[in-house]
Amino acid sequence: MTQISDSDVQHLAQLSNLQLADDEVTSLRTDLENIIGYIQQLDELDTSGVEPTYQVTDLQNVWRNDVVDNYGIEKAALLQLAPATEADQIKVPKVL
Amino acid sequence: MSSISDFIGVSARKNVEDAIAKARESESFNAVLSLSEARALERADQVDRGEITGSLAGVPFIAKDNFLTLGGTTTAASKILENFEAPLQSTAIEKLEAEGAICIGKANLDAFAHGGSTENSAFGVTKNAIDQERVAGGSSGGSAVAVALGIVPFTLGTDTGGSIRQPASFNGVVGVKPTYGTVSRYGVVAMASSTDTIGVLATNTHDAIVVMDIISGRDTKDATTLPDFFSPVSIEGTKKIGVISEAMTDDVDPEVKKATESYIEKLRAAGHTVEEVSLSLLKYALAIYYIVVPAEISSNLGRYDGVRYGRRADASTLNELYGASRDQGFVDENKRRIMIGSYVLSSGFFDAYYLQAQRARTLLINEFNALFESYDVLLTPVAPTPAFKIGENTSDPIKMYLADVMTVPASLAGLPAISVPAGFTEAGLPVGVQLIGKRRDDALLLALAESMEQQV
Repeated sequence: MTQISDSDVQHLAQLSNLQLADDEVTSLRTDLENIIGYIQQLDELDTSGVEPTYQVTDLQNVWRNDVVDNYGIEKAALLQLAPATEADQIKVPKVL
Repeated sequence: MSSISDFIGVSARKNVEDAIAKARESESFNAVLSLSEARALERADQVDRGEITGSLAGVPFIAKDNFLTLGGTTTAASKILENFEAPLQSTAIEKLEAEGAICIGKANLDAFAHGGSTENSAFGVTKNAIDQERVAGGSSGGSAVAVALGIVPFTLGTDTGGSIRQPASFNGVVGVKPTYGTVSRYGVVAMASSTDTIGVLATNTHDAIVVMDIISGRDTKDATTLPDFFSPVSIEGTKKIGVISEAMTDDVDPEVKKATESYIEKLRAAGHTVEEVSLSLLKYALAIYYIVVPAEISSNLGRYDGVRYGRRADASTLNELYGASRDQGFVDENKRRIMIGSYVLSSGFFDAYYLQAQRARTLLINEFNALFESYDVLLTPVAPTPAFKIGENTSDPIKMYLADVMTVPASLAGLPAISVPAGFTEAGLPVGVQLIGKRRDDALLLALAESMEQQV
């Protein structure tokens, strides 16, 4: 059984762009440990030489013309969805 | 419950007003998150004036709240999209509107469709249509309950691992998860792109066929869609049906088994051949699913960061803004799945989990293909139990995941699978059976189910 520590949880949270509250870390640690324990049963399967399946469409190389299409949505309508804008751009706090 | 034909050729305004009134009377079930009353009534008047026509002119429906629609919010039952008003409509909605159908509102779901009980909604649990102490199933719980309560004759749902089929079974309605690629996903909130499908919930198979015929087909806005193949068929001769023995073990509730066996007897009485078959990898399907799907979720949900749309948390730097917006905007199950996805995709673990799962997925598909050389249709219960009590499984994610054990195999293989009512437990809870078909045999499954419906 894989052991997950609080710092593992914090590392996964960082990879996932999640800023967890302290009380979330403990409960997530137990849940993640149980889920990882469950999915580890796949170790029992011998899959050597088996090609992985990444998609099930049966389609290959779906082409389209290289033309700009705004799908009927104007820039203004999209900007309106942003929580903060300035001079036709989306505004965020300082990066560093 | 109501069927589509009840709504055709009568006043569209009355249809919409009645459906909205019924939705309001049914508020205690929490099946409907929002109503787009103004837009729905405007469209109804256009139908009544003859300005909008089509095969579903004036027929009201509800969409799961992960379909982008105009005239109201699209929340995915999450805080991060709580006030989100979409600038466009999903293709499935557009196609139904082109036939004159009227979307009256949006149905509750597990936030971002992560769950099997609709208990993970940020806006409260949806209650089962038959027993308010029990879950609606999920993640399309609101869609199933809205049909079962007779608010509308059909609803749209999404099914990534059972999210249409299992709530359909828990509420005694028909649920269709089509072949992967049958219906365009343009304008639908993505969960796991390699298994996400769009389908319908209805009171009977005939109505499900009508809706599937309208919403299916190739869409240039979704490159994974197949050229339109869905066309209603009738059952000719008798079929060979395989009952998956691994889905009928002692782990399955005896009353679920009994209802499934009674459906099998009806198939035999109609002349079909029914035999027991083995899908030995069924027991691994859930483990494959809970690697592949979280991996895709962790990627698809990366876009919700509080920058371009959705709820933004107060923060003084950009990194804090991402982290806090996501922490406040997602429910626990979203976070679990995103973090499991990050785990199985992280360097050092990728081969052991993600690659192993995708290889195991190939073995599962091979096993299905071998069975379909000898059988037309495969059959299982939809879920191992009838609707469980609200709160019964919330403290144990694995126990909750097990509700999907029968439905995830068809999702991983991209196969069509439908849930049809098979009977009731002694306490009156509905039980559904699942029919799984070959790729593109969606219409055959529905025709078989329709012929059995007429037998009952």
